[in-house]
Parts: sequence; C-alpha cells; structure tokens
Amino acid sequence: MKRYIDFYLTSMKIAILEQFQYRAQNYFYMVGVIVEPTIYLVVWSTIANQQGGSIGGYSSGGLAAYYIVWTLVRQMNIVFTPYGWEDRIQHGRLSMELMRPMHPIHSDVSYFAGWKFVMIILWIPIATALALIFKPILNPTWVQVLVFVVAIWGAYLVRTMIYAVLGLITLWTTRVSAIFELVFALEMILSGRFVPMTLMPVWVQHLAYYLPFQWTFFFPINALVGRSSSIELLTGLGMQLIWILIGILIVKIVWHFGIRRFSSVGN
Amino acid sequence: MKIIKLVWSYLRIGIANELQYRVNFFIQLLQSFIALATGLIVLWLVFSQTTELGGWSQPELLAVMGIYMLVGGVIQSAIQPNMQRLMNEIQDGTLDFALTKPVDGQILISIREFRFWQLTDVLVGLVVIVIAIVQLKEQVGILQALAFIAALILGGIMIYCFWLILTTTAFWIIRIWELVNLFQGLYAAGRWPVTIYPQWLRIGLTFLVPVAFAITVPAQALTNRLTPLTLVEALGLAVLLMGLARVIWRMGVRSYSGASA
Repeated sequence: MKRYIDFYLTSMKIAILEQFQYRAQNYFYMVGVIVEPTIYLVVWSTIANQQGGSIGGYSSGGLAAYYIVWTLVRQMNIVFTPYGWEDRIQHGRLSMELMRPMHPIHSDVSYFAGWKFVMIILWIPIATALALIFKPILNPTWVQVLVFVVAIWGAYLVRTMIYAVLGLITLWTTRVSAIFELVFALEMILSGRFVPMTLMPVWVQHLAYYLPFQWTFFFPINALVGRSSSIELLTGLGMQLIWILIGILIVKIVWHFGIRRFSSVGN
Repeated sequence: MKIIKLVWSYLRIGIANELQYRVNFFIQLLQSFIALATGLIVLWLVFSQTTELGGWSQPELLAVMGIYMLVGGVIQSAIQPNMQRLMNEIQDGTLDFALTKPVDGQILISIREFRFWQLTDVLVGLVVIVIAIVQLKEQVGILQALAFIAALILGGIMIYCFWLILTTTAFWIIRIWELVNLFQGLYAAGRWPVTIYPQWLRIGLTFLVPVAFAITVPAQALTNRLTPLTLVEALGLAVLLMGLARVIWRMGVRSYSGASA
C-alpha cells in the first residue's frame, strides 16, 4: 500500500511541475474547451429569453451558473484519451509500460490527477471572466459544496475507467475510431454536456440514469447548481462509486484477456 | 501551369494512397453518420423547446448544419492534414526537405496531404443541404446559388489562411499541438448562425476566426438574407487574410533554423 501512495504522490508532483512549464499550451487548450459551453449557454439562454426568461426551471442566471460550473467539471473530466491507448498499443509503446512493477493505468490516473491542480489554478481567471460576462446565479449550501468537491473527483475516476476500457479495445482491433466517436456522441447527448438532463424527455432521463455518462457531467454540476435533496446527493455519490467499481472490474477483465494478444517489435 | 500539375499529382498520390484502405471508406461513412445523428438530435432538442432560434427556423438551421459538415469535411480532408504535417516538420526540423524544392514553399506545404475518405462529410453535408432546401419550400434562384458558391469559396480561403497563420506560429513557439483542439473548439461555434451570439463573440467569430464567413454567410446566401455588401466584405477580408498569411509565412520561414536533417 505504502509504495502505491508514494508512487501516486511522486507522479502527481511531477505532473504539476511539468505542466506548469507549459502554461501557454494549457491555456490554448483551455480556450478551446471554454468555447464549447459558451455556445450551449448562448443557445439555451436565447431560447429561455424567447420564452419569457426561463426554460425547464432554469433562468438565464441559472443556465450561466450551469455552464460555468461545467467548465470546471470538464477540466476535471479530462482523462487519458482512448486515442492515446490506441497510439500506445499500435506503436508498441505499451511494452515500456508493461516493464513497470504495477499496472500501467496507475501512472495515468496519478499523472492526470496531479495535472488537475494546474488546471484548476489556470481555470480561476477564466471562470472569473465568464462570471463577469454572464452573471450566473449561484448560492449553494455548504453540503452542496462538499458533495461537489467529492463528486468532481468521482467524475474523474468514472470517466477514466470508461475511456480506459474503450482504449483497450485496440488490443483486439485497430479500427477503433468509429467506436470511439460513437461513445463520444452518446456521452454528448446523455451526460448533460449539451443540455441539463432535466430539459430532456423523461424516457431519456430514465435511460441516462442507468448509464455512467450523466454521473460524470450532470450530477457534479447539478450538485452545486441545482436544488437536490440530501438523498439525491448521496445517491449520486453512490452511483459514482458503483460505476468506478464496475469500471475497475471491466478494466481488469479486459486487461486479463486482452494483454495476451499484445505483441510489439523492438523498443 | 506547373502548379496545377503539381496539385494534380499530389491529389492523385493522396487518393491512390487512400484507395489501398477501402474499409476506411465505410468507417468514415459511419463516422459521418454518427456526426449527422448527433447534430440532428441536438437540433431536435432545441426545437422541442422552441419554434425558432434567433430568427432562424428549423429548416434554415438544418441548412446551417449541412454547410457546417460540408466545410468541416473540406477542412479535415484538405487543410488540417497539411497543417498538422507542417507543425510536425517544423518541430522535427524536417521542413528542410520541402523548403529546398524548386517551388514556392507555401504552395508546396499546402497541397501535400489529401484525405480522400474524409470527403464523406462533404457528401453527407451536401445531402443535408439539399434536404434543407426542399424543406424551405422557397425557390433558390440562380443568383442565390451563385452567391452561395462564391461565399463558400471565399469562406474556405479564409479558413485556410487562418489555419496557416496559426500553424506558422510554430516557427516561434514550436510545440503547438493544442492548436488543433483550439481550432476545433472555435469551429464548433459555426454549428449555429453567429447572429445569435453576443456582440463580442460575434465579432471574434467574424474577424479573428472567420467561422462566420465560412458557414453563416453561405447559409445567409441560401436563405435569402445576404446583402451584396457582405459578399464584398468577404472578398475584401479574404484578400487581406491571404496577404497577411503570406507575410507571416515569409517571416516564419526566415526564422526557421532547421536541424541539419
């Protein structure tokens, strides 16, 4: 156990030091990320204004809060991409990772976790600017803030597991981009990324409840922005935990059978 | 004349290369359909709440989406692959091989790559545009069609210049992988007519990033909202951007040191 903790702390520290050197790049990346919710915010506020100020219980101030919190959740949601796994497996770089005395996923989880601290710090000025422009209405209770802080890390782990499983498909077939894009599209619609889930038809909301996606976007955002009961908040955290455990289990199974198929030349 | 021959041979090589991998056509087509389905669901969600968005009706926004896919397909097949290759070569110092050839450097680096299968997006985009026109139930006259094509070509030129300027900064900054993500984020704003955005964003999307001219203006031409003045402005900006891209490219090449490859 101690060696894992040591490894995680060191790897996170390295990530922080390394990523602070690339501030400009991180900002480029972030601006690209910020444009997306701004577009959604404008679309939905336009509609809200056309309908006399609110839509599905969200006023334009509420929508602004939703999409500004979205930007932080999105930063937390950035994980090692399936395309990265594809690259590792196709180019044989995975063999280097296999030499380590622990599962390669640990280095991804810890490195990206460390990177988050850099992202959060760089995110603060952007969020301030967005708040000044769009005037969000946000007054969460302490419980909500607490749940949010836990939930964004839960979201990070859930998404890490989904995308690790997805990336590991590359062990079986090299034509994975269509599968990846399909999952990205499902996530777009079923996670609350494009629109708060409460604006969706009821049957979609039911469907999304039993899928992992909304626990990585809608749940953390709504925990802070919405008016959920304590039971709903606890259920959400519980669902995240369940999906993390399911994710770990699937990664283990897929890894167990998939890694036998891996072969690489050189390196 | 020599340049046309050169473009033609690179095009042929690109297509021949891609034709080796025929299954990729179906995979690309599948991806185009996934993108189309996502776009349609998004539109449906918007119009399940309202009947018009900032003065644009549903078939009109469908036309915008078709143009978005069409232009996106052109970028992905002809512009972006060239720019990514340029980025890599600047970083690795292998751009020497292009610069020492007896043709203009800027032309050469702009035509070397062509992703033929990516044109499935163009195909699907065209189909969407045709469906939108049928739904519009308005006559699209010869004049509008001509204005649409002109606006589309000018928009394409502007996007190319913008991408080239972005990429050229690699001569000074070296590691600019994030630019691809930045461009795609900004381009996604074109899925909606820029007229719905607040003023500061609209100006940014018109003059800093020519998304407005590449997508919204052709859509305006198609839906009979275009004033001749806008088209003249588009022409002016295209010429300006071409000049600017040229100047920045020249400066960039001058500060390129290579790596004695």
